[in-house]
Amino acid sequence: MGLSPRPDTRLIDTSSNEPWITTKLDAFVNWGRKNSLWPMPFGTACCAIEFMATAASKYDLARFGMERQAFSPRQADLLICAGRVPFKLAPVLRRIWQQMPQPKWCISMGACASTGGMFDNYAVVQGIDSIIPVDVYVPGCPPRPEGLLYGIMMLQKKVANERSGDPSLRNEMEPDPDTQLYIPPSVIDEVSEPFGNSIHQTRSGL
Amino acid sequence: MTEGDAVNGVNRDGSFAPVIAGSALGATAAPATPRNVPNRGGAPNESIEPMRQQFATAVRRVDVVWGETTVVVDPTRVHDVIRWLHDDPSQRYDYLSDVTAVEFRDLEQPLEVVWHLRSLPYRRFIRIKVLLERGAALEVPSVWDIYKGADWLERECYDMFGIKFAGHPDLRRLLMWEQYNEGFPLRKDFPLRGRFSRSEQLRQALAANPEARYSKEELSIADAFEDLPADMRRRLTTGERTGE
Repeated sequence: MGLSPRPDTRLIDTSSNEPWITTKLDAFVNWGRKNSLWPMPFGTACCAIEFMATAASKYDLARFGMERQAFSPRQADLLICAGRVPFKLAPVLRRIWQQMPQPKWCISMGACASTGGMFDNYAVVQGIDSIIPVDVYVPGCPPRPEGLLYGIMMLQKKVANERSGDPSLRNEMEPDPDTQLYIPPSVIDEVSEPFGNSIHQTRSGL
Repeated sequence: MTEGDAVNGVNRDGSFAPVIAGSALGATAAPATPRNVPNRGGAPNESIEPMRQQFATAVRRVDVVWGETTVVVDPTRVHDVIRWLHDDPSQRYDYLSDVTAVEFRDLEQPLEVVWHLRSLPYRRFIRIKVLLERGAALEVPSVWDIYKGADWLERECYDMFGIKFAGHPDLRRLLMWEQYNEGFPLRKDFPLRGRFSRSEQLRQALAANPEARYSKEELSIADAFEDLPADMRRRLTTGERTGE
């Protein structure tokens, strides 16, 4: 950054008692960001109950710098989507994500938010990553509070390793104006293919 | 003022008249849990005998299963039967629990529309059924003019089964969004995952405007519009948007 590797004695009087450090700007900014995330819960199902347990006194999300829960997307930088998202809610979730200011991150909490889970049916979005970009997926049905905390710590590691020289990190999602999809339809169809036991289901009642 | 003077829960002087469960049975009738109820058969609901006298031809079949009475009635008379059950002072079915429908896997079997009615003063429960033959129009009369609570129940039933409720004031989809065009999800010929591909389903869902869902009528603002403050009236007429 053009700074000299050693403190310039013409600028800083090293003999005084004023405390000082040298560090990388990224490390300093990311340290601040990762320890003061403001999570916004988007709770639609039982995962939200586990999220509440995570935020409550026993597991205490505040230990990780998340003392302040945001219930407005305008004042949040971490979206925690806890629970299944039906198709009717898809435009709402998309709108909330677009209302959040940069920098912002997203945790998909639980099997339903991540993949549709057991709801492989006509009404449920098969993974919220087809609507908004997701940083960390937390598996579980629902995940225990420890699981969510582990996911949050993974996100903190991710935040700590971000480089401000990489502008693509802060790129705003730009959906296709015709379809409003931000990833190709063929990819959505492929990742939404039924898997596991659900491929043996009768496809209609007849 | 006694409860009997009240009409639809409102006394003559306009005050609210609570309905007391079992009040029409007299002071001696205590609530009792039924015991030793046979699976099939047993005494039918006490409303059946007067109903047979009133609507001799409309009552097609009466079943008693686990002590609960099911009446299959003529589709053209079902509105009259429910009106009578609601209005007659010896019946007073003042609570509509549910309106739903049943489709069977057997394609020969008719589709059933079911009303669950409860009489709080007499502590009675009755289940009214109408059979809609295959190939005929899926249409039954709405009971919205009798029970205002039927509004959303009938909308849900229309949404899931495609049954038209003639006379409903605002028959739109309730659970799925209004532009949903894949069909009626609880019908047996509906594939579990829907008819379209996942990307097409997502495209159609994202095209919906989440703010366009509530009509002014639905929020009952239209009724109160003239009573609102002038600035709120002005903002509503210019199509105030929130959020963005």
